[in-house]
Amino acid sequence: MKLLRQFLIVLIICFLGEVLNKVVHIPLPGSIIGMLLLFVCLLLGIIKLEMIEEISRFLLDHLAFFFIPAGVGLIAYAGILKRNLIPILVICFATTFLVMIVTGWTVQIIKRRLKRR
Amino acid sequence: MKDIVAAPIFALLISILAYEIGIFINKKTKIAFFNPLMIAIALVIGVLLLLDIPLEDYKSGGDFISLFLTPATVILAVPLYRNINSLKKDYIAILGGVAAGCVTAVFSIWGLAKVFGLPKDLLASLIPKSITTPLGIELSNQIGGIPSVTVAAIIITGIVGAVFAQWILRVCGITDKTAKGIAIGTSAHALGTTKAVELGETEGAMSGLAIGLAGLVTVIAATILSGIGMF
Repeated sequence: MKLLRQFLIVLIICFLGEVLNKVVHIPLPGSIIGMLLLFVCLLLGIIKLEMIEEISRFLLDHLAFFFIPAGVGLIAYAGILKRNLIPILVICFATTFLVMIVTGWTVQIIKRRLKRR
Repeated sequence: MKDIVAAPIFALLISILAYEIGIFINKKTKIAFFNPLMIAIALVIGVLLLLDIPLEDYKSGGDFISLFLTPATVILAVPLYRNINSLKKDYIAILGGVAAGCVTAVFSIWGLAKVFGLPKDLLASLIPKSITTPLGIELSNQIGGIPSVTVAAIIITGIVGAVFAQWILRVCGITDKTAKGIAIGTSAHALGTTKAVELGETEGAMSGLAIGLAGLVTVIAATILSGIGMF
């Protein structure tokens, strides 16, 4: 019962996220609004970490598993992928390196500047 | 026989089995390239092609698994909350770095996609490639991408990040532990973070924090840019 009860809390937040997206027309995806809601609830202490501990462990431990069907859906896009394989791979490699370097340098430079003052 | 493999139970069964095999191979070899999710997806695709099972049949059980994506996204608030203390010390540098990284990601992907003349839906599918999968799928849906392509791009990005992180950071003179962690988490999400954890405790915590921050910043930035018609 514990796991189900904890799941209920998470589902209520998911539902509120959908409502805010569809009814109030906040342009962010419902699940992301839900994530922000849960984050704020945790910060304010409205929801305690213990209240969702088991369900969060279950979901986070198996996170990758939930994406298998989405990945398998690639079958339907084999053609478009094959035609654009080289550009996609170049983009995946190049932008990952670029983002890593820009982020690392920015953090390092700001940190050093602030320390010098 | 056909009815049996079309049942939702079969899809669930091969998915869990494939995932177990993926985790087993990853743990035994300890090689970042052998990513459990990538192995699992490849195995399931292999089974479907081998047994000639249509994607629609697999989806009957697959949709049941995908149902957990929304709760799994919402629950990402938990690790973000757990890491919030490590944000307090260097928050200006961290937020500045994450913001710079996310803007670089969106514009460099957009620019390269234009150079290659990629169709619009592929460009939109690649935009979320540096962020964590649940947020990436949602963003892809939101801006008109193909979520399956996004998942593939996210996995490739994570593997590239995890495999090359140490070398890139050393060559570019990024020595600060906070900078290393934030750089890895912002560019290569949770997959890269597995590497950051190997580098050290600070690197790991910072990388974990960056997953959530970069995901949120990218989703918000890309939603706005999409709203003004950039892609």
